[in-house]
Amino acid sequence: MRTATETLLKVEDLKLYFRTTKGVVQAVDGVSFEVGKARSVVVVGESGCGKSSLAKAILRLLPRNVHTYSGHIYMDGVDLMSLSDEEFRRNVRWVKISYVAQGAMNSLNPVIKVGEQVAEALLIHTDGVTRREALERVQEVFRFVGVPLDFIDRYAFELSGGMRQRVVIAMALITHPPLIILDEPTSALDVLTQANIMNSLKRIKKEMKVAYFLITHDIATSSELAEDAIVMYAGQIVEMGEAGHFYLTPKHPYSEMLMASVPTLREDKELRFIPGQPPSLINPPTGCRFAPRCPKRFSMCDSEPPMVELADGRKVKCHLYG
Amino acid sequence: MSVENGTLLAVEDLHTWFEVRKWGFVHVGYVRAVDGVTFSLDQGEAVTVVGESGCGKSTLARTILGLYPPTKGEVRFLGKPIKAWGRRYHSMLGYVQQDPYGALPPFMNLRRILLEPMVINRIGTKREREERIRQVLEEVKLTPVEDFLGKFPHMLSGGQQQRAVIARSMVLNPKMIVADEPVSMLDASVRVEILQLLQGIQKAHNLGVIYITHDLSTVRYFSERIFVMYAAKIVEKAPVKELLGNPLHPYTKALLAAIPDPDPENAKVFKEVPPGEPPSLLRPPTGCRFHPRCPHKIEGLCDREVPPEFEPMPGHFASCWLYR
Repeated sequence: MRTATETLLKVEDLKLYFRTTKGVVQAVDGVSFEVGKARSVVVVGESGCGKSSLAKAILRLLPRNVHTYSGHIYMDGVDLMSLSDEEFRRNVRWVKISYVAQGAMNSLNPVIKVGEQVAEALLIHTDGVTRREALERVQEVFRFVGVPLDFIDRYAFELSGGMRQRVVIAMALITHPPLIILDEPTSALDVLTQANIMNSLKRIKKEMKVAYFLITHDIATSSELAEDAIVMYAGQIVEMGEAGHFYLTPKHPYSEMLMASVPTLREDKELRFIPGQPPSLINPPTGCRFAPRCPKRFSMCDSEPPMVELADGRKVKCHLYG
Repeated sequence: MSVENGTLLAVEDLHTWFEVRKWGFVHVGYVRAVDGVTFSLDQGEAVTVVGESGCGKSTLARTILGLYPPTKGEVRFLGKPIKAWGRRYHSMLGYVQQDPYGALPPFMNLRRILLEPMVINRIGTKREREERIRQVLEEVKLTPVEDFLGKFPHMLSGGQQQRAVIARSMVLNPKMIVADEPVSMLDASVRVEILQLLQGIQKAHNLGVIYITHDLSTVRYFSERIFVMYAAKIVEKAPVKELLGNPLHPYTKALLAAIPDPDPENAKVFKEVPPGEPPSLLRPPTGCRFHPRCPHKIEGLCDREVPPEFEPMPGHFASCWLYR
């Protein structure tokens, strides 16, 4: 979505459909975007809009009931979709892209010391690393994310939520990947802890030149890290562009209403909510998927809107700008 | 807070401690979940209790609801201690839980869920009950009512489930509602809807509301006063605008500074956040409980003496030695 920086990851027409007893769920439906080198991109949207599925589709962490999985994911000139599962596991996961899953801090192994769990990621994904070297690396990343070094020998249950989250981030960092996907990394944490972790993430980004792909429903917090923003609705991208544009002047009617529903602390604004509910992804509306809830809909909205590029470089999927 | 509205709820020096035992019988100590909380709530007034997880705000709510017996201190409702009300107390209070799905019995349909409180309290005839159920469903805008009566909780969306929980809390026409993080499990766009609904109900019925949350940014839209809780104590009490505009306690200041507004500038700066984490309530720090993290700590005072409540400005209280 930018020309100024080099492209790190390029996703084209990515689709991920699931088979369920009720029908085919179109969780990610033709999504295309780019992530620049050392940029941080946030993906926002309501729950159930396909954000987490998008992360899983990029990482090829798929459940068994996949119906369709297609599109292209380019990284370093290679189409990741053409790799075999084993090649993908060995050359991409944790080497090029690592992942902090939603609620990962609650999935740490309770009977293995956290330092060893973090080291394990390095031992598995890098050849020729000894245990001792790995544990030294752990100290390094722990210092980076702000975990006291004596925590290496502790178990997950001895750590607070904030510390566990830092451990999970350390695990994603230890292999030095150029891209980290963070799925709701702070949603279960308190405001002060959240702010502390956001500070750490900013520092890590600055010093390690890593790109973030941050998935969240918390728009206020997402602004802490955003350089580019992607708004998803019902499995599709409806708006993407520089964060500065999105937070100040959202263009798509959905992004506009989403922003209007975010409570602010420092200014008095009247909150609005979006009437109705997101559509079912089993039989999404034809044409614009937001049209049934959109106050600005008109006759053209029955047909699928194109992705329109505006003068300021952002893209909006809406007939209003067509 | 007008004059004709009397005091609805008075909480006096409330302590709720939980005993911790090792091997089931060796006394280890007490978790001081609520440790000396005093406030009062007028009829028709909405207050917010805000604090981080583990600060004791939910325990405070549950003690007020009569679900935990206080270790020390008292809760008085309309001038009478809650014990004196007996089981009638519960019919005068509504409780809106955090997780709506967990709060609704999965095997009951909405009609049955809303009927239950009236059956338990032996209120109304069959027809009156049916009418009341329809009334509350209308009120929380689960309409058309006919469509919802037969539905089970899993058939509802998160927002609708929370509406059902609110409807249930309203069935008996309570005088006060305790809402424990009513919107934290919901999406941003639904959140506003539910808060506006709660506010509408509060105004329409002149209810007292205790709104418990960790999210300061929603407070502005809801209540008249805020109580800030830290490590089992209320550290600051003030009207909403006053507290947001002029926070006094260092903890409140830190909390406000940590909350982002959606602003792209945020990405360019580091936040000033006090390091560390809230203390263990099993062995809380001596003196002021915030002193280990406080940037304005006064040596020899803050770490020794518990700060009393000062009133540097009328109606604005802070438990901090800076305002002595």
